[in-house]
Amino acid sequence: MSRPIYMDYAATTPADPRVSKKMSEYLDIDGIYGNAASRSHIYGWQAEEAIEAARKQVAELVNCDPREVVLTSGATESDNLAIKGVAHFYEKKGKHIVTSKIEHKAVLDSCRQLEREGYEVSYLEPDSNGVISPDAVKAAIRDDTTLVSLMHVNNEIGAINDIAAIGEITREKGVLFHVDGAQSAGKIDIDLDTLKVDLMSFSAHKMYGPKGMGVLYVQRKPRVRLEAQMHGGGHERGMRSGTLATHQIVGMGEAFRIAKEDFDADHAHISALRKRLWDGFSDMEAVTVNGDYDHSVPGILNISFAYVEGESLMMAFKNIAVSSGSACTSASLEPSYVLRAIGLSDEMAHSSIRFSIGRFTKEAEIDQIIAEVRYAVNKLREISPLWDMYKDGIDLDSVEWAAH
Amino acid sequence: MAYNEKVLDHYENPRNVGSMDKGDATVGTGMVGAPACGDVMRLQIQVGESGIIEDAKFKTYGCGSAIASSSLLTEWVKGKTIEEAAQIKNTDIADELALPPVKVHCSVLAEDAIKAAVSDYKSKQGDSE
Ligand SMILES: Cc1ncc(COP(=O)(O)O)c(C=O)c1O
Repeated sequence: MSRPIYMDYAATTPADPRVSKKMSEYLDIDGIYGNAASRSHIYGWQAEEAIEAARKQVAELVNCDPREVVLTSGATESDNLAIKGVAHFYEKKGKHIVTSKIEHKAVLDSCRQLEREGYEVSYLEPDSNGVISPDAVKAAIRDDTTLVSLMHVNNEIGAINDIAAIGEITREKGVLFHVDGAQSAGKIDIDLDTLKVDLMSFSAHKMYGPKGMGVLYVQRKPRVRLEAQMHGGGHERGMRSGTLATHQIVGMGEAFRIAKEDFDADHAHISALRKRLWDGFSDMEAVTVNGDYDHSVPGILNISFAYVEGESLMMAFKNIAVSSGSACTSASLEPSYVLRAIGLSDEMAHSSIRFSIGRFTKEAEIDQIIAEVRYAVNKLREISPLWDMYKDGIDLDSVEWAAH
Repeated sequence: MAYNEKVLDHYENPRNVGSMDKGDATVGTGMVGAPACGDVMRLQIQVGESGIIEDAKFKTYGCGSAIASSSLLTEWVKGKTIEEAAQIKNTDIADELALPPVKVHCSVLAEDAIKAAVSDYKSKQGDSE
């Protein structure tokens, strides 16, 4: 069966073939399958060597010391470790955390857990483009604040936060700064040597590496301390126990290496494709970009096709795999909290589609998508009572809807 | 999540899409739901002298199950009396389309739509008598 065109790179990416090939060399009896913690034989030494090489590849992309790379199972774990680990360790200093309303659930739910434990959390409002203003961060920091946690790039709309400016503020105020970089690594230049970021989460599967693998960057100078969330054999300098998954780690290392090597080519390719995609829609009536097209990562294009509902659109896209801001399938009828927080009405959020483009997307696929989307939107508008009303000049906000 | 075949069929070939003249005394219009909730159904029925529904049209903004529920409903109400049509239960629609629990609200909306259309028609008749 031929599968639909993959346009969901922000959800996950396929592994680069160079990555999967490398990984396969670290699994079976002919490969390097030893436990890196085995100090007494070559199996262990080889695994350790491979892991240290991968750690270095990770460090090189984001310009940090390999000893600052703590290996985890993904950005979810990294976010949990950073937020709960710091909050618990610095509990004596205070129990207040600053984050935003449009963070990933891994951050929001870690904060919720801290609230249950008696911490206080301030959730900053983004502007209409999904950006958190450094001034708002400054104003939210209190004497008892220990951590500010914000995402570098938002996963739904691609908005970019000014982490350099925010880092200046947190450093000056003596507060730790954690950044969720799951959507930014390999897409935006990250220089941890100059950025005043203390902790940063990364995920391998958002950048052509394997799923179930990630990193928490933990700065050494000034030194950041945290309380482990996973206890055991004391791996990763006690911050994260568990036998290191050699094949996953070398796969991630390779993915980071390629991300650095192909950085300019990826950026140019993806930017051109996004422009082509938007050019294919921009002449349509009542179609808007959510977020700021010019200040977002090129891989994400979030669009609302007014008067048609996102889930029915996705159903019409037989040859396109995308995601929608309409959460109609979940038990709640609430649309995306990110789109709501940047000020979209519920109906515009229900009408949104996130296209995310990646390294393996082809120009011909973009053209096919444009044709298919235009056809589907027109077809669904023909059966939409809201489109009729819009065409008749009725202001939908003035209608009294029977809420249900 | 894969879609049920009947839902897909109605979604791809919706029956009786269209509009009727709202001002016509023989037409009953029911519009239910809200854009903010992600679905709005507009169902219209044309009622003959004997109280039999001669034609039905719909337009729906919503997910595939909402579109299918309203499309199915237009097929079912044609030829029924308005009293019979008002008896249609959401569970009949949900069963016919094998809607999963999270989509049952679509069938509820369809039931509301036919009730609203019938009551609109009746109130118009009441006014003109
Ligand atoms: C911004 C952001 N943070 C965290 C995550 C979670 O990453 P992982 O799947 O590696 O746990 C994701 C991906 O879903 C993400 O987009």
